[in-house]
This record gives sequence, structure tokens and C-alpha cells, in this order.
Amino acid sequence: MGSPVPAGEGSPGASAATNTSPGLKAPTRRGTELVMLSFAAGLVTLALILVELNQERSLSLRILYLGLAYLGLFACAHLAVRRWAPYADPAILPCVALLNGLGLVVIHRIDLALEGTVFPDGSTWDPVAFKQVIWTGIGLLMFAATLKFLPDHRMLARFGYTFGLVGLVALLLPGVLPGFIAPTINGAKIWLRIGPLSLQPGEFAKILLMVFFAAFLVSKRDLFTVAGRRFLGMDLPRARDLGPLFAAWGVTVAVMVLQKDLGSSLLFFGIVLVLLYIATERAAWVVLGLGLFAGGAVIAWKLFNHVQQRVANWQDPIARYDMIGGGYQISQSLFGLATGGIGGAGLGAGRPEMIPEANTDFITAVIGEELGFVGFAALLLVYMVFALRGLRGAISVRDSFGKLLGGGLAFAVCFQVFIVVGGVTKLIPMTGITAPFLSYGGSSLLANYILVALLLRISAAARAPQRVAKPKPQQPAIADQHTVMVERPK
Amino acid sequence: MQLTRAGFLVLLWLFVLAALRVVRSDLYAASGLRASGLPGFRRSEKSARGSKAPRQLVVTHGALTGTRISLDGRPILIGRADDSTLVLDDDFASTRHARLSMRGTDWYVEDLGSTNGTYLDRAKVTAPLRVPLGTPIRIGKTVIELRS
Repeated sequence: MGSPVPAGEGSPGASAATNTSPGLKAPTRRGTELVMLSFAAGLVTLALILVELNQERSLSLRILYLGLAYLGLFACAHLAVRRWAPYADPAILPCVALLNGLGLVVIHRIDLALEGTVFPDGSTWDPVAFKQVIWTGIGLLMFAATLKFLPDHRMLARFGYTFGLVGLVALLLPGVLPGFIAPTINGAKIWLRIGPLSLQPGEFAKILLMVFFAAFLVSKRDLFTVAGRRFLGMDLPRARDLGPLFAAWGVTVAVMVLQKDLGSSLLFFGIVLVLLYIATERAAWVVLGLGLFAGGAVIAWKLFNHVQQRVANWQDPIARYDMIGGGYQISQSLFGLATGGIGGAGLGAGRPEMIPEANTDFITAVIGEELGFVGFAALLLVYMVFALRGLRGAISVRDSFGKLLGGGLAFAVCFQVFIVVGGVTKLIPMTGITAPFLSYGGSSLLANYILVALLLRISAAARAPQRVAKPKPQQPAIADQHTVMVERPK
Repeated sequence: MQLTRAGFLVLLWLFVLAALRVVRSDLYAASGLRASGLPGFRRSEKSARGSKAPRQLVVTHGALTGTRISLDGRPILIGRADDSTLVLDDDFASTRHARLSMRGTDWYVEDLGSTNGTYLDRAKVTAPLRVPLGTPIRIGKTVIELRS
């Protein structure tokens, strides 16, 4: 049988770890994961060295220590996986490590570019790379904690409705709270400010609502399939089954109106549609949902000024370059991408200070400028591998809740990347949303690390060998007992 | 500088290729095909059974069509219960519907008091029956069979 050789088995460390006992033991492939993580850490260190070189800063051993510290951080995450989810997918964590590491390097690089800049209001640029490192550490802690305290993803299904309620509140909270707790930043009202901390509850709501929808659809799916069988030949779902779809649509519109956050509403609605589609396998849901969204979008465009602005900026950013709230941001991002061209300007050799919001919404534009099309494409492929592995885990896991949740989580990351990269490259109207793992932002990073932990948990359940079912003494219920004729004694 | 720039891009792509290689070598593992190809698996199975021994259980009809479970000698529980080996999402299946277990070198199917019954080929399973290779076992809307 010409079975392919696992990538990690070429190196001695990996082969020792992947197949230690010749008995009945499925490979965990943790060794492969460690090798890939080291590769990612090496790449990140190299990227940091290139940035420092190109910025003509003195190289010191400090960089090597930073690289080693980074490897150490992810080695801890790797140990957590090894301990609490030994059969998890080996490709997911290295992809995340690379994306997060490159994000850190680029954020540091933007710090260098903006160092000493004095803004019109007199404030100077405050370096954020170090804060992001701390967020990464906290994110990995949350990651390990999720793996530890959630030994089985099906536990989440039990709290489906609670999660749904909390998620809904979290999603809508910044929109309805007064301005001193929930300030409007860059036109969007999506932050909560508690003391020195700024939180974006929507990022967490995304996961909570996905858990709710997966649990809800699993418990109601029997109903859907039975109804579908009865209405054979009828393609459209029944009117009362449309309830969840309309509810989701209503929440989406509320987010769009209250918080002026186009990105989150698009993301949220996309996730609901995909979960519905995965659960029912009926394209009618997607068509209906897209129709609803198109209708809602047109109405929003007619009614709201900020939507009209976004669309006009998308159609011709350069004509609106000088207007307030005009096409300046997208134009600069396009200029950056054009400067990068095929091969890129080189890490640290571009001019990211020209791009506004360079370390959050437009971080992919900075990467496109410095790594060029070739590097940008590689980065998108890393996202693709991540989503691919997530979906693979969802396909092979044996319970429907895991399938739905895994599919939804993997899709959410993909769709988020599509929205932000599509906006930056002027494929779709720009909506402020973070690039998962790359952008600066604590909430986004924490939420995404929890998401990764859930995906690993699901893939671990899919790949683990079956537990030995304990032979329970079979005692048929009294209702199932065979009827026994008892003869009347004569 | 040009060299380092190109070098970094090459390394980035090498990472992507390495990740895809992991994906490729892993493609069959989750479906149970690759597990039977591992040297460790092969040796132990060869010594235990003949070469025609069933190695996997394949779902041929129903919602789970295409699912494969590699057989490693442990019993396989089938039903709607969450802890079953094959979790059925089927109105016609019982919580604990049937069990496949290995005795000696053969696999036997037994019905665990299900409401709608288990059928081996055409016969209703009332007592443990030996399952030959490739014979369909019908449980509700799902049909499974053993393959080598």
C-alpha cells in the first residue's frame, strides 16, 4: 500500500514522537506540529531581522532572544495541545503561529515608521507592538484554558441558549449604551471602555452566537428533515421555518443601524447563512438569505449617509480623495499595493506610514506593499490551509453539533479575511474589520485564539481513536420487554 | 538586500508547501484509510488475522454515506446515543441500536433491542450473527458493510 510518508517523519524528533508504540495507536502527529512551529518561529525571526536591517537599526542578540521567546510561547501552547488535545490537527497551530508572528513583526515595523510622528492634536505615536505581544500571551493562555476546561466540545451544546442570549447582548450592547462607556471611534460604535481597557464584545459574540446557532440547528434539524420529506418537490422552506433567518436578519440590520458597523453585520449574517446551509443542505436558504441581505443593503444605502459614503468610496476612491470621509484611505492602500507590485518592496523597506489605520484594518495593505503579490498570496494560502484543516475536522467529526460548529468557525475566519482583504483591494466596499491574527487588537486576538482552541478540540475528537465503550448490562426498558403469555393456573 | 527579500518569500512559500504536505499525508488518516496502512497496524493485524479480515466499516446508504471507521478489534456501537461509535441522526434508529463485535477472527452483529430492528442482508437480526465481508447491514435508513 503506497501510503504517503508524513512530512515530519523525515526528522528524528518527529518520528520518535509520532509513532512511539507499534501497537494499536493512531498517530497524534504532535512531532510534525512542533517541527512546523519551529519553522514558523524561524520565519518570524527572519522577518524581524529583515525589518531591523532595512530600517538600518543595529542588530543585536536581542532579536534572537525575541525569536526564541516567541518559539517558547508557542512551545507552551504546543505542550498544552499535547496534554489536553493530543489528537488535534497538526497544521492549524503552526499556521496561526506564523500569521500572529508576522502580524507582530508588521505592527512593530509600523511602530518604527511612525516613531516620533506628531499628530495634529499634539499627541505622539504610542508604540503598540509590545501591547500586542502581551495580548498574544493572554490569548495563548485563553487558548490553553479553553483546551483544559473543555474536554469535549459537545458540552457547549448544553449551554446553547445561554450562549445565544449572552452573545446577542454582547453584540448589541455597545450600540445601545451611552457614549461615555461605548465611545464612537472612527464612526463605529463597537467598543466598550472600562477604565483603561477597550473591549470589542462583538468579536466574542461571534463565537457565542455560532455555538448557539449550531446547537439550535442540531436540536431542530430532525424537524426540518421530516418537514422536507412531507413537502416533497417543494423547494422553499415553510414560512414558520423562516423565523430564525428573519431574526438573524433583524439583528444584522440592528447592528448596521445602531453601531454603523458594516463589517460585523456582513460577517454575522454570512455565518448564519452558512450554518443554515450546512445543517439543511438546501441552497434555497442561501438564495433567500442573499436576497434578504441585498434588500436590506439597498434600503440601508438609501437611508444612511455612512453607507452611501462607503459605496461611493468604493466606486471611485481617487475622485473622492480630498473629501472628508472620502476615498483617502482606500486610495492610499491601493497606492501601497501598487508600490509593492509582484515582489514587494521588502520587509521594512516600504512606506506604511502613508497608509491610515495601518496596524488594524489596513494591515494587509502594508503586507501587500512589503511582501508584494507573491508574499500576500502565500499569506492568503496560510489562511486557506487553516480553514481547510478546520473544515476537514468538521467533516470527519462524528456528531452533528461538532460538524456545524467546526464548519461555522472555519468559515467565519475565511469570510472575515475575505471581507477585509476584499475591502483593502477595492473588490467590495471597505468595512472596518480586523484581519484575524494579523491586526492589532486585543479582543480580536483573544476571540480568535478561543476559536482556534475550539477547532483543535473538534479536530481532536475527529482524529482520536474510538474510546472503548464500556459494556453495559443491557436491561431493556419495561416497555420494550417482550410480551409473555402467563397461563392461568388451572 | 534583493537576495534577502527573495529569500524570505521563498521561505514563506516553503512554509505553505510544508503545511500542504502535512495536509496531504493527513488526508486519509481521518477517514481511517491511512491508519490501516501504518506499519504498526499492518503487522499486528496480519499476525492476528488472515489477509481477508475486515479492516473497515463503510456506510453505503443514508445520511452518513461515505463514512469509514477502521476496525481495531474493539466493539462498535451504533445508535443515536452521543457516545456511539457511529452516531446516527435517523428517526428510525434507536438510541442504542446495534453492536458489532469481534469474536476470534469474525465480526458479529447483534441487535440491542431496537424498535425498528437490524437487518443483515434480508434477515432480521435476533441473535448475534456472523457478518461476512461486503454484506449490507441495514439500520433504519442507514446501510453499512464491512470491507477488507
